[in-house]
Amino acid sequence: MPNKPGQAHFVAELEDTPVAAVDRLDENEKARSTWADAWDSMRRRPTFWVSAVLILLIVVVALFPTLFTQVDPRQCTLGNSNGDPTAGHPFGFNRQGCDVYSRTIWGTQASLTVGLLAASIVTLFGIIVGALAGYYGGWLDAVVSRIGDIFFAIPTVLGAIVLMSVLPTATPITVAFVLSVFAWPQIARIMRGAVLSASNSDYVMASTALGVSKFRILLRHVVPNAIAPVIVIATVSLGTFIVAEATLSFLGIGLPPSVMSWGNDIGTAQTSIVTSPQVLLYPAAALSITVLAFLMLGDILRDALDPTARATR
Amino acid sequence: MSQTLLDTTPEGTENEEQPLLQIRNLEVSFQTQRGLVPAVRGVDLTLYAGQTLAIVGESGSGKTTTAQSIIDLLPGPGKVTGGQILFEGRDLTTLNAKEIQAVRGNLIGYVPQDPMSNLNPVWNIGFQVEEAIKANNVAQGKEARARTIQVLKEAGLSDAQDRLKQYPHQFSGGMRQRVLIGIGLSARPKLLIADEPTSALDVTVQRQILDHLGTLTRDYGTSVLFITHDLGLAAERAEQLVVMYKGRVVESGPSQEILANPQHPYTQRLVSAAPSLASRRIQSAKHAGAGDPEIFGEGSLDDTLIARAAERENAAPVKDLISVRDISKVYRIRTKGLHTNELRAVDGVSFGIQKGTTTALVGESGSGKSTVAKLILQLESITTGAIEFDGQDVAGLKGKELLKFRRRVQPVFQDPYGSLDPQYNVGNTIAEPLLAHGVGTPKERQERVKELLEQVSLPWASRFRYPSELSGGQRQRIAIARALALKPDVLVLDEAVSALDVLVQGQVLNLLTELQTELGLTYLFITHDLAVVRLVADNVCVMQKGRIVEAASTDEVFENPKQSYTQELLAAIPGGNFQFGR
Repeated sequence: MPNKPGQAHFVAELEDTPVAAVDRLDENEKARSTWADAWDSMRRRPTFWVSAVLILLIVVVALFPTLFTQVDPRQCTLGNSNGDPTAGHPFGFNRQGCDVYSRTIWGTQASLTVGLLAASIVTLFGIIVGALAGYYGGWLDAVVSRIGDIFFAIPTVLGAIVLMSVLPTATPITVAFVLSVFAWPQIARIMRGAVLSASNSDYVMASTALGVSKFRILLRHVVPNAIAPVIVIATVSLGTFIVAEATLSFLGIGLPPSVMSWGNDIGTAQTSIVTSPQVLLYPAAALSITVLAFLMLGDILRDALDPTARATR
Repeated sequence: MSQTLLDTTPEGTENEEQPLLQIRNLEVSFQTQRGLVPAVRGVDLTLYAGQTLAIVGESGSGKTTTAQSIIDLLPGPGKVTGGQILFEGRDLTTLNAKEIQAVRGNLIGYVPQDPMSNLNPVWNIGFQVEEAIKANNVAQGKEARARTIQVLKEAGLSDAQDRLKQYPHQFSGGMRQRVLIGIGLSARPKLLIADEPTSALDVTVQRQILDHLGTLTRDYGTSVLFITHDLGLAAERAEQLVVMYKGRVVESGPSQEILANPQHPYTQRLVSAAPSLASRRIQSAKHAGAGDPEIFGEGSLDDTLIARAAERENAAPVKDLISVRDISKVYRIRTKGLHTNELRAVDGVSFGIQKGTTTALVGESGSGKSTVAKLILQLESITTGAIEFDGQDVAGLKGKELLKFRRRVQPVFQDPYGSLDPQYNVGNTIAEPLLAHGVGTPKERQERVKELLEQVSLPWASRFRYPSELSGGQRQRIAIARALALKPDVLVLDEAVSALDVLVQGQVLNLLTELQTELGLTYLFITHDLAVVRLVADNVCVMQKGRIVEAASTDEVFENPKQSYTQELLAAIPGGNFQFGR
């Protein structure tokens, strides 16, 4: 049969197009789990290292404040009230004549404790409640979801004001607990949705047919596959909890003045903000940097764990 | 179509017919984290007006990328890095975004792969077709509406007028694909690119749609660039074939010639492994008395399988291992308001499976075949009827008894991408059933995993791999190894090879047959693909709308189909008009 130009029977040279064995496994490649892949994509991003170093620094500051300052934050000389920076006191003094730099360093502890603790409680509780509700469904889901909705409907700050005024003492632990009470429904909702979609997957059906028990499937297959979005939200919420603590302390219902925290310092700085802005500036900057670091980490985590959500660059 | 062939004219002469589409040395690469990865390497292709050309290849061969680069539809990180795409003598790679937009739709139409996701679910069909018509400046205003109805009528929707206001979810897959074809042809383009237009559809629907597409393009004189993984389909529908492998063209030319005389080893492999062709080959071999299978090379799929099938048929009849008696499954579906409707997904189905044999359950989507599998696996409860396994009624088994049953009847599911937990490595996946049933010590379990990996011909080193790093065929082999871990008697294979490339499919089918002889397994093979059935099954039950319409031995069904539905299914296997061994 004659052919038109360019359409004759063409066969590629075998040397150029070697045929590999069908479906052969390349044994030299390294095994890669989802988490290893996520790590791989994270460590290629400079923002990850910036936020990681910042967070590490903040944690070190919180654990060992004496490494960064020798000045006692409680030793205040009224004569130094609203004083400008001097040698050994780089951030100046506040209204009571306390060293601002030292107070900013020492305040890290309380702020970070509240953030970490609240985020941990919320994540743990939210994961458990959300997973059970999404997996078992039925009346359990209905009850849990409605209770969650009730807490969701109460504005966190408003609810915290009421609850904090009832509690006899205010410590970083109680503040974290109060914040958690109003924040868990968000995590529970996300977990429930993720569990719902994971438990409808084929591998869950396959495991059921293999004879794996229902609870074991939840633990070994459903939760590990549903947890990624929760981790992202938990990281971001850590930052927002630190802000919430500052808000409460600023309003005078969070940590008592005896506990040093950024929120308290920002609160007391109100009175002298016009004359000596450095009193407000430094604790506020510390707060912003901390929150920013966690938000950045959350963003990078989301990109790494869910590559499809990444904005195309 | 016109066949004025001008073969002998040397290149560059005046009276030479200009090709409609000529791709020269096309290179396409994707920008990834690990640098520039080439996807298409030096592809050449020539298509004349009125011709149909098919690009055939397995997934990842670069066939879709080649087609997408023609109309600049490459996904984000993809870039044409070299070569020319000449359309009527104009190089499309040099056009800017606005110019290529004028080519898209108007001159080159496109029918996408998946009719389920390529129509916008929030707009009605009329709107979407009209939008395409307006965008291509075919007609405006009132005229556009009239044209919309005409386009849909041409695409084969007779009641187009009434259907304009309907939404995609009210259309079946076949009807949606008709709409997409209508949109693709609405501007009467000179070239239509059809990317696996029927892969998601049932065989009988596929045949109708392709027949219709063929008629339309012939009437309009449209050239078609057809992309498919099915060699039989390609050879049947296109006069020119381009076989791609790993981003390169390994063989191209007239399809009859390539099929009758494949030169490149990869093409030879494809020809010998395609079930649709193999099935036809068995047919022609039988009718010719003695065919010449040698031409397709040693160890081609059908030889070994035919031999085994014959062996099995000679074995003495034994008692049924599984007997299904008059089972039904009724789902309640909420319709408007509080009313419920009954859907009889499975309606009075009875059949038996003998030990050591393969029974195939064949039917199109919605026929209830997968529901039968779930009922037998005790993943759903039966409404009426009884299922007996080894003399024991299994309906409503609980606790220990159910666990015992699960040990003996194991499933392999359709989607190798979905049925393995992405967070579990291969070793843990295969060991899971052992762990769940508390079999052996950790060391014994590891030994068993090693043995199983060997049985499915995967290296021991693969135990640390994760599913995302494996190909579809490898994953399906893992799924089979997992199913075999407990030494079951029965495997329920629900479309277990349907999602795989032909070569890989052939490999898995061979593996399954080997394992059956070796371990004395009984298979319930659920599939929509009659061609595959012919290769592996002893008995066939054809299902339609929840009922078994025909049940007989495989030979009988293929030689002498009694029901018109079965005949229709058989006729729809592609590659029918080809002669083998000549």
